[in-house]
Amino acid sequence: MTAAAILAAGQSPARLRLNRFLRHRAAVASGFLLAALVIAALLAPWIAEWRGTPPDAIDLLNRLAEPSWRHPLGTDELGRDLLIRILYGGRISLAVGLTAAVAAASIGTIIGVLAGYRGGVIDAILMRLTDFVIALPLLPLLIVLTALDLGKLPIPDGWLAGDPSGLWRIVVIIALVGWTTVARLVRGATLAVRQHEYMRAAMALGAGPMRTITRHVLPNVASPIVVATTLSIGQVILLESVLSFLGLGIQPPVASWGNMLTNAQELVWSAPRLAVVPGLAIFATVIACNFLGDGLQDALDPRALQDRR
Amino acid sequence: MGRFVTSRLIQAAIVLAAMSFAVYGLIGLMPGDPIDIMVAGNPQLTSEDAARLRAVYGLDQPLLDRYAAWLGAALSGDLGYSRVHGVPVVELLFPRLGNTLLLIGASLVLSIAIALPIGILAAVRPYSRIDNAVNLLCFAGISVPPFWLALLLIMLFSVALGWLPAGGVSSAGSESLIDRARHLVLPVLTLTLASVAGYTRYIRAAMLEQLRQDYVRTARAKGVERRTLLWRHALPNALIPLITVAGLDLGALFSGALITETMFGYLGMGKLIYDSILGNDYNLALVGLLFATITTLAGNFLADTAYSALDPRISYRRQRL
Repeated sequence: MTAAAILAAGQSPARLRLNRFLRHRAAVASGFLLAALVIAALLAPWIAEWRGTPPDAIDLLNRLAEPSWRHPLGTDELGRDLLIRILYGGRISLAVGLTAAVAAASIGTIIGVLAGYRGGVIDAILMRLTDFVIALPLLPLLIVLTALDLGKLPIPDGWLAGDPSGLWRIVVIIALVGWTTVARLVRGATLAVRQHEYMRAAMALGAGPMRTITRHVLPNVASPIVVATTLSIGQVILLESVLSFLGLGIQPPVASWGNMLTNAQELVWSAPRLAVVPGLAIFATVIACNFLGDGLQDALDPRALQDRR
Repeated sequence: MGRFVTSRLIQAAIVLAAMSFAVYGLIGLMPGDPIDIMVAGNPQLTSEDAARLRAVYGLDQPLLDRYAAWLGAALSGDLGYSRVHGVPVVELLFPRLGNTLLLIGASLVLSIAIALPIGILAAVRPYSRIDNAVNLLCFAGISVPPFWLALLLIMLFSVALGWLPAGGVSSAGSESLIDRARHLVLPVLTLTLASVAGYTRYIRAAMLEQLRQDYVRTARAKGVERRTLLWRHALPNALIPLITVAGLDLGALFSGALITETMFGYLGMGKLIYDSILGNDYNLALVGLLFATITTLAGNFLADTAYSALDPRISYRRQRL
């Protein structure tokens, strides 16, 4: 036991975790930034109504207007309010980031637990599958997947018609290729947990697989899953922005940070503002997710932290 | 070692075969088919004509039969024609591949040349002010969207300062090496800035781990000079994991090259793949994607082999658990 651990012995584990997290100043700042961003994105429709500038309101007389009281960040090439579109784009980016990261982590957890817990042939097959997915050239593959004509697949028409902006399509595609990190993590952790005496005791007492997995395996692998998922939110937002920028992700007129930059590329000469602001939004969000993940790692995995001191 | 290499080669071949089938199937799901495009270009074609053409080209056959036919042709060296460019795919592929390898190679060398000293510096004084600054920069580097970085570089160096061309491989009519090099600067810079942070973090972590080892303490106790200790003792051992990372990263570099090439209109493989997918150039898209897969697999394979060759502690004979 280290001196710090003895000093802290009177505190609850949750309190200790919080303290470790609070010591990571960048992570705390990032947490506040992300919280502010989520609130602003959630409030976007009300903010737009209050300002009287809906995100799709084209105003050709006010194209590329400089920042003013009416348009705090100015307007884009169609005279739409940049600030409001950034907020609406944030709704999309955060929604895609969160849902795709959580979906990918869920797939990864199921595959990882299955491989680690069952072992043998199932493990071998699942891990070869994981290697296969990791070996795929990610971006070219994502581009093909977004370009597919899903009408050629036996999918009910209603599903496709219900997703005109391509939001769910992006979420599904990213989740389908993004589960490998969590799968490997969870498999390793499951293998480690399986070695423990208490697992053998639980099994000897007649606990079935479902009970051992939910009571013993999952709580033990929860921390790395949380950290990996937080970090992957940032990666997903990056991927979504690249695809949307290339015209393959979120379809206009729905605003996303990526597709707002598509037109900005041609306007860098006349309106560099349009190229800077959405990019800054992506950059700030992704770096905040990365710092937050780093802080959570410190908080949830004290062994990594002890190495540092 | 020989057995390990063979088994990895067989594995890679299986992945490639699976991938070629998967991609073939996916390409078939792309909007329209070659006949649709012909019909769109020639209004006199009736739907009976289209059906007849599909039969002539074998497009009415089941997926597996079509794949087998394509595979047979591909294995005998016939990768088909590009619909958009009207030339055999192979003729397009190799010049583009050369451009991409130049881009990736230059940025890989530059990244490691930057990451090595910085990573070592950070590892020598962990949690110092310098280390914290490097850490912050690394977080920024892995978080910045690469296409936005390219946009900013264009705005700075091409629009504001006017020093460098904003895109292309060379100026019209110019054959000079200097001109080509000038067109290479911004793409290489973009790709480097996007990948240098990752390498720096790996080098820092690997060096930090080596410096904690007993052999370093022993060497220090015996009076080995600090510089010798760093460069001769710790660094070679720290570089072994870096080689693995660089190899595994080849696929990611390829993805990065796709973005960079598209942003700068640089005629490489990445842009070729992107354009072919968007332009429904089926043969080209298929072969381009397979080449991207081969690059990734080759990177993984080289990483594994180099790792086992360089680190005598790693034995792959007893690896299967």
